[in-house]
Amino acid sequence: MMTNPNGIVTQGQFSFLPPLTDVQITAQIKYALDRGWALSVEYTDDPHPRNTYWEMFGAPMFDLKDPAGILMEINNCRKTFPNHYIRVMAFSSVRGVESPTMSYIVNRPKNEPGFGLVRQETQGRNIRYTIHSYATDKPEGERY
Amino acid sequence: MSQLSNANETMKEGKERYKAGVLPYKKMGYWQPDYQPKDTDLLAMFRITPQPGSDPEEVAAAVAGESSTATWTVVWTDRLTACELYRAKAYRVDQVPNTGEGTKTEAQYFAYIAYELDLFEGGSIANLTASIIGNVFGMKAVKALRLEDMRIPVAYLKTFQGPATGVIVERERLDKFGRPLLGATTKPKLGLSGRNYGRVVYEGLKGGLDFMKDDENINSQAFMHWRDRFLYCMDAVNKASAATGEVKGHYLNVTAGTMEEMYRRAEFAKELGSVIIMIDLVIGYTAIQSMALWARQNDMILHLHRAGNSTYSRQKNHGMNFRVICKWMRMAGVDHIHAGTVVGKLEGDPAMIRGFYDTLLDDHTPQNLEHGLFFEQDWASLNKCMPVASGGIHAGQMHQLLTYLGDDVILQFGGGTIGHPQGIQAGAVANRVALETMVMARNEGRDIWNEGPQILQDAAKWCGPLRAAIDTWKDISFNYESTDTADFVPTATTSF
Repeated sequence: MMTNPNGIVTQGQFSFLPPLTDVQITAQIKYALDRGWALSVEYTDDPHPRNTYWEMFGAPMFDLKDPAGILMEINNCRKTFPNHYIRVMAFSSVRGVESPTMSYIVNRPKNEPGFGLVRQETQGRNIRYTIHSYATDKPEGERY
Repeated sequence: MSQLSNANETMKEGKERYKAGVLPYKKMGYWQPDYQPKDTDLLAMFRITPQPGSDPEEVAAAVAGESSTATWTVVWTDRLTACELYRAKAYRVDQVPNTGEGTKTEAQYFAYIAYELDLFEGGSIANLTASIIGNVFGMKAVKALRLEDMRIPVAYLKTFQGPATGVIVERERLDKFGRPLLGATTKPKLGLSGRNYGRVVYEGLKGGLDFMKDDENINSQAFMHWRDRFLYCMDAVNKASAATGEVKGHYLNVTAGTMEEMYRRAEFAKELGSVIIMIDLVIGYTAIQSMALWARQNDMILHLHRAGNSTYSRQKNHGMNFRVICKWMRMAGVDHIHAGTVVGKLEGDPAMIRGFYDTLLDDHTPQNLEHGLFFEQDWASLNKCMPVASGGIHAGQMHQLLTYLGDDVILQFGGGTIGHPQGIQAGAVANRVALETMVMARNEGRDIWNEGPQILQDAAKWCGPLRAAIDTWKDISFNYESTDTADFVPTATTSF
C-alpha cells in the first residue's frame, strides 16, 4: 500500500483530483483539439517513474478531431485493460515544442502496491538508489 | 516621438577630425541620426539622465563612444583601423514620456545605439558586458544611466550554447506536462542540520511538490556542510520518488568560492543521481557559462537564483533592466531563473513581468512597448528558460498566478508549504490540489480570473488541507507600487 497522501501513483496532470468523469475527460480532449494537438492513449503495468514508453493503444490520433470518438478509444482501452494504468497524452507538432503537452491518468489498478527504495551502500556514506516497482516482480500481464 | 537630430553637429571628416585635442563625441562620429541599423548589428537602448544643461544627443554619443572605441581625446591611431565600422553609432534619441518640464521627474531620454558585430567575442557574456556596461555607467556626463533593452543579432546568438536542458527537455525528463511545476524553498534558510533539512525536503516532495530548493545563501556553513546536505537531500528525493511514483528533485546549490569547488560539488550531485543543481547570479557571468557547459555535458538541469540583481535592476533611472539579465542568462545557458510573481512579496509590475517571461520562453518576441520590450528579438532556436515565481505566494492566489504566468513556470511556495497549519505534507497537498483544480477549470473554459476564488472554495470542500491553507492566508497580499513600470501605458500601474 502506498503511504503518500492520496495512496496512489501521482503521475500526470490531475492525479490529486477525484477520478475524472467522461464529461471532464471530454472537456480536456476539447482543450487539446482546439490547440491542434493530437491525442493518444497509452497503457502500462509498469508505472516506474522513468518508464517513459507505455504501450500505445494505437498511434496518436492525428486525424480524429471528434472528442466523442477519442473518448470511445479511451473507453475501448479501459475495457481491454481494466486493471492497467491508462493515460491520455496530447502532442504538439509546433516548432519549438514538438513534445507532449498534456498527460493525465484516466484508469488505474484497483490496488496500487507502489515502490520500494533499494539502498545500496557504497563508498563512504554514499548510497546508490534503485526505485523498485513491487508489481514488476510478476511477469508482464500478470501484475495487477 | 520627436527625433532630436541636428545634422550640423554630426561627424567631421579627414584631417579636421583627427587634429590633436578634444572634440565633442558627436563630431567624432558617434552620433549618426541617419544610420540604418543592420540585421547583424547589436542594438542597445539606454535611458539617459543627462547632467543639467547637457545636450542629450551629445550624451548619447558619449555613451556610444565610451562603450566602443572612443577615449576622451582624439587619437591619430584610429586612422590605422576601420574605425568607422568599429564606432558604435547613437542613431536615435527620444525624450521619455512623462519626464522633464512640468513633471515630477527630471528629463530622461531613450538613446538607441548600434554596435558592429565584430566588436564582440563570440560566446562570451563577459566580453559583451565589458563593452556595453563596462565604463559608461560612471561617466560624469551622465547623471544616471540605465540599460533598458538589447537586440542580440541571430549571428551572435548562434555563438552561445543557450539553456543546458531547456523547458521542453526538462518536462520530458521529469515526465510533467500541461501544468506549472511546483516547488518550495527549504525554510528556515539557515541553521538546519543536514538531517533536519532533509526532513523538510522529504515531507514537501512526498506531499506532492515536484521540487524542493536550497536557498541562495545555503552553501557550506558551520551548521551544515555541503556533503551532508547533498547526502540527506538525495535520500529524501529518492524516498519521495518511491512514495509517489513521480520524478522528484531538489536544487542542490553548488555555489562556492572557486570554480574548482563548484565543479567538485556538481560532480557529487551527479554521482548521487540528482536531476538538478543550482547556482547564484553572484558567481558571475563566466562562471555561469562554465556551469551551463558542465550541465549540458552531464544531463543536469541548471537552476539560477537571481541573488543580487535588485542592487542594479530595481531603480528606474540607473542600472539595468531585469529583461536584459533575462536575455543574457538565456544566452549564458541556465534552465531556470527567478523572474517574478506579480502577486507575491517581491517587486513586479504585471506588464513588465510578462515581458520577462516572454523573453525567456518565446521563439520570437515582437516589439511590445507596454511590456517594456523595445526591440523585436529572434531567439534563433535557443532553448527556452523556465521562469520561476517565488516569494510570498500561496494556494489562494492560484487563479491569479495561472492567469498571469501561464503553464511554463515553476511556482515556489516556501512559506506557503512549510508554514501550513497541518504540516508540510498538507501544505504540499493544498498547493497541488489548488493547481490541478485551476488548470482543469481553465482547460474546461471557465473564467478562472473571476470564478477562481469559488473554484478553490469548491475544491476545499473535499480537500481539508486546501481549506486550512485558504483560511490561514486568505487576507495576505502585498500591495505596494512597483518601481519598475512601463513608460508606455496610458495610466500608472500598480502591483496586485
